[in-house]
Amino acid sequence: MIEPSEIEARIRTGVEGVEHVVVRDLTGTKDHFAATVVAAAFEGKSRVAQHQLVYRALGELVGGAVHALALETHTPASWAERA
Amino acid sequence: MDAELKTRLEALVRDNPIVLFMKGTKHFPQCGFSAATVEMLRRTGADFITVNVLEDPAVRQGIKEFSSWPTIPQLYVRGEFIGGCDIVREMYDSGELQKLVDGVSVAGEASA
Repeated sequence: MIEPSEIEARIRTGVEGVEHVVVRDLTGTKDHFAATVVAAAFEGKSRVAQHQLVYRALGELVGGAVHALALETHTPASWAERA
Repeated sequence: MDAELKTRLEALVRDNPIVLFMKGTKHFPQCGFSAATVEMLRRTGADFITVNVLEDPAVRQGIKEFSSWPTIPQLYVRGEFIGGCDIVREMYDSGELQKLVDGVSVAGEASA
């Protein structure tokens, strides 16, 4: 089990230029999460490469305390368009 | 990650143009996502090798770290990590997967 706030902190520290992170506990069991991340580091990267940056930031948590993570990543520009 | 394992994984994806890390084998997939990915690759007519992660716990864990990707299956084409089942499905549907593997066959013939 892990707090969403701890996942958020790891993403903020591990990914460059994070502008916005929301982590939701999907099941109330603190092991299945969804995260939306907006970061400058995603600029010019494929969706796979964007997700890899987040997984790298979370390191051993993924597959450990975090059993599942549904990821949505945006660059600041694509996030602004969407809003 | 163990340096020896890293070298082994690097060699696998370098020496084989298309590699699918999966649960089970091409003929006997042991997970629905792995089975679906094999089926899509088959339909492209591509030559590919598979690595059964269930036979090797070190590879099963190591490939996740190697790719910075938490799930199996994982597809590599020409040494580059492409993605898992969802991404392969999107690329299959859009025709991108066909283009990607056709490029590999042509390159293979040219160098043979």
